[in-house]
Amino acid sequence: MTGVDLPVWAAWLVVALALSGAGFSLVGAIGLIRLRTFYERVHAPTLGATLGMTLIVAASILYFSVAEGRPVLRDLLIGLFLTVTTPVTLILLGRAATYRDRAEGNADAPPDP
Amino acid sequence: MSRFLPYPLLSLGLFATWLLLNAPVTPATAFLAALVGWLVPFVMPALRPETVRVRAPGVILRLAGHVLVDVVQSNIDVAKVILGLRRGTRRTGFVSIPLDLRSPYGLAVLSIILTATPGTLWIQYESNSGRLLLHVLDLTDGDGWVRRVKDRYERPLMEIFS
Amino acid sequence: MSAASILTWGLGLAQGMLVLAMVIAAWRVLRGPRAQDRVLGLDTVYLNGMLVIVVHGLRTGSGLSFEAALVICLLGFAATLALAKFLMQGEVIQ
Repeated sequence: MTGVDLPVWAAWLVVALALSGAGFSLVGAIGLIRLRTFYERVHAPTLGATLGMTLIVAASILYFSVAEGRPVLRDLLIGLFLTVTTPVTLILLGRAATYRDRAEGNADAPPDP
Repeated sequence: MSRFLPYPLLSLGLFATWLLLNAPVTPATAFLAALVGWLVPFVMPALRPETVRVRAPGVILRLAGHVLVDVVQSNIDVAKVILGLRRGTRRTGFVSIPLDLRSPYGLAVLSIILTATPGTLWIQYESNSGRLLLHVLDLTDGDGWVRRVKDRYERPLMEIFS
Repeated sequence: MSAASILTWGLGLAQGMLVLAMVIAAWRVLRGPRAQDRVLGLDTVYLNGMLVIVVHGLRTGSGLSFEAALVICLLGFAATLALAKFLMQGEVIQ
């Protein structure tokens, strides 16, 4: 199925990086189930967006660099873009939840800073 | 900086991004990248960005090292919490931190750092009082978090964006 | 084992884990209980879908999936942002 031949050591390294990245991402998703309140759950997907993403991007960079025999760094752009956008989405989502909880006067609403 | 190259850092970033997207580098793509990097920043004055001066490259490197270590460490910590491997009772809650950092760029970088380390979430920043509300997943002691954010991240950021 | 079979099996397993993560996140989207939980689940679905495509690019050895991953990244960002803004005000553009 794979289009190019890699040395065996590179194949093992790519698989190890991709599997550990996918593992962190999966644990993050499991956190969506296991943690009880919304404010706890917000922390969970960050696992996939930081270390999970980094490891998979590293696997991709390693794979294409070895396969094409020159440094292929464009996947860094995915990492850069995700690093800059994740805080924006999570902060806005946290703000929205805070606003809704305070407006409804829920007991677990965040206190004033 | 000058009339010919108003935002050198932005120009450099655009140039590098264009080359990364169009690898392998040929003279034609390099020329286009240089053109994009030179011309696009001329639309920036319309957005009226605040001027930013970045200082202390040594501090930037040390902060980057700290953040890298903290991201990996907190990923493992949060994974332990999720998988139920963490022993003892876990408390979760909000921490209010008084910040002295006022530079918008510094605050933006601080928000990226705090969100990129799983286990801390930036909830609200009050720009009048300069107080920041954080949600912490594993809150063993609140004062420890206040000290950690102030010493480890805020002080270097104030040096960089002074 | 040859390099090709290591890659096929190992990356297939990684894809399976990421798809499982997508299913779990989709369950959170369906289950709620509140709107912000659903938006958080949707953001996780987007993120893991993007990672599945990156790993798929590794399995097939084609560079084309990079563009697809970048587009999903952009769409996920815009979608989550719009939904979060909607939760805050009830209006997306004011």
